[in-house]
Amino acid sequence: MTTYYSEEHEWITVEGDTGTVGITDYAQNALGDIVFVEVPEVGSNYDKGDEIAVVESVKAASEIYALVGGEVSAVNNALEDEPALVNAQAETDGWFYKVTLSDASELEELMDADGYKAFTAGLE
Amino acid sequence: MSADNSNLLKTPLFALHEELGGKMVPFAGYAMPVQYPLGVMGEHKQTRNSAGLFDVSHMGQVVITGEGADHWIETLVPGNIIDLKVNSIRYSMFTNDSGGIMDDLMITKRENDLFLVVNAACKSQDIAHMRANLPQGFTLTELNHRALVALQGPKAAEVLARFASGADEMDFMTYAQITICGAECYISRSGYTGEDGHEISIPADKAEEVCRALLAQDEVEAIGLGARDSLRLEAGLCLYGHDLTTETTPVEASLLWSIGKRRRAEGGFPGDKIILAQIESKNYSQKRVGILPVGRAPAREGTIILDKDGNEIGKITSGGFGPTFGGPVAMGYVTPEFAAIDTEIYLSVRGKQLPARVAKTPFVPQNYYRKT
Repeated sequence: MTTYYSEEHEWITVEGDTGTVGITDYAQNALGDIVFVEVPEVGSNYDKGDEIAVVESVKAASEIYALVGGEVSAVNNALEDEPALVNAQAETDGWFYKVTLSDASELEELMDADGYKAFTAGLE
Repeated sequence: MSADNSNLLKTPLFALHEELGGKMVPFAGYAMPVQYPLGVMGEHKQTRNSAGLFDVSHMGQVVITGEGADHWIETLVPGNIIDLKVNSIRYSMFTNDSGGIMDDLMITKRENDLFLVVNAACKSQDIAHMRANLPQGFTLTELNHRALVALQGPKAAEVLARFASGADEMDFMTYAQITICGAECYISRSGYTGEDGHEISIPADKAEEVCRALLAQDEVEAIGLGARDSLRLEAGLCLYGHDLTTETTPVEASLLWSIGKRRRAEGGFPGDKIILAQIESKNYSQKRVGILPVGRAPAREGTIILDKDGNEIGKITSGGFGPTFGGPVAMGYVTPEFAAIDTEIYLSVRGKQLPARVAKTPFVPQNYYRKT
């Protein structure tokens, strides 16, 4: 099980050919209080970079782009009633969706935890 | 994260905002705090439940002196100012010759002059507009040396009375000059959150001292522009440049209540023919309404409003999440046949048609202090 991070502040934890995706703690902190999350439909297919989800804070809506291509295998229905889970536990219970990877090599462009930590430190 | 604020104007409270951890953003040419560490949601609830202090010094404060200034200002606004009692406040708007709204403003009739508060983004236009119409012998003074803050919330009056004796006895929409911390303050029992509270004009060099004294009270927290926006939206109050523009008349904007009976009979303000004809005929093409999306998804400004057959019938002008309401709230313009309360409408959000209904505003009860 390995976790990768993107410059768009998303994370993906990969186990076999399934990835679990969410936004990082850094992202939830920057967005502020999250009031709505729109997750994709189970069974739908996305290419890397497609707009796949939306997260809305009191202030504004932000698009979430697919980190990797593949088929959505599950979504976090708990976010429908409790979007604030993303604020409370962005990198665990606040996950957005699970995806069956179509091309594992797409993970190679992402950062590891140390790389992401250095990346966000550079943004301060 | 912190934007380059070097070209922006600073209010007298800029250093205090930075000290309090305010996230400074450009707004109408000023560096203003959009939120503090408490966050928009927390600041919103703080104001509804206790008291919040807002810096609104970017707004324009103007004093007009001249014999019959109340008669004169009625040539620029449709509000009834002549019959306004001394030390009372009225909400009105500058209209143009087409009946469109150039800005909305607060007008206080004081003993010897008029004290106006206008929007930051419009203040240079408003001042130029007034100067161009100013009669001989009148003076217009912009109070650049004064800060303006709002203390809002159910505990606001009680807190302010500790510093400004009698402030809690003032009626809604009245004015008094009271000394706070040795500074001559202009105090209005008004605000733009739907809550009880006051707006306080303070000499710039005393603004920080007064604000520190207020913030030192347990009931008070500093509140940013983010929560100011969600508070006023829940209260059904319009934001100029969004819900009101030169393309909307007071009638279309559902602000007919602000045009008194005498003004409707007499006219005498810019665009009066058009506005009075709209009142008479009830014939116009758009109407501002409150909108409640059915689900959880907020519908933001610019969202297209559709009828059940997918025809475009209007547009959202303010929309977001109402922290006290506990769900998405919005306002916008629809064609008048869809303006009745409970009319079923649809919102085009990211390619989906989300159901919504036309709803009464305010979305949360107003909590103003009225003596009678």
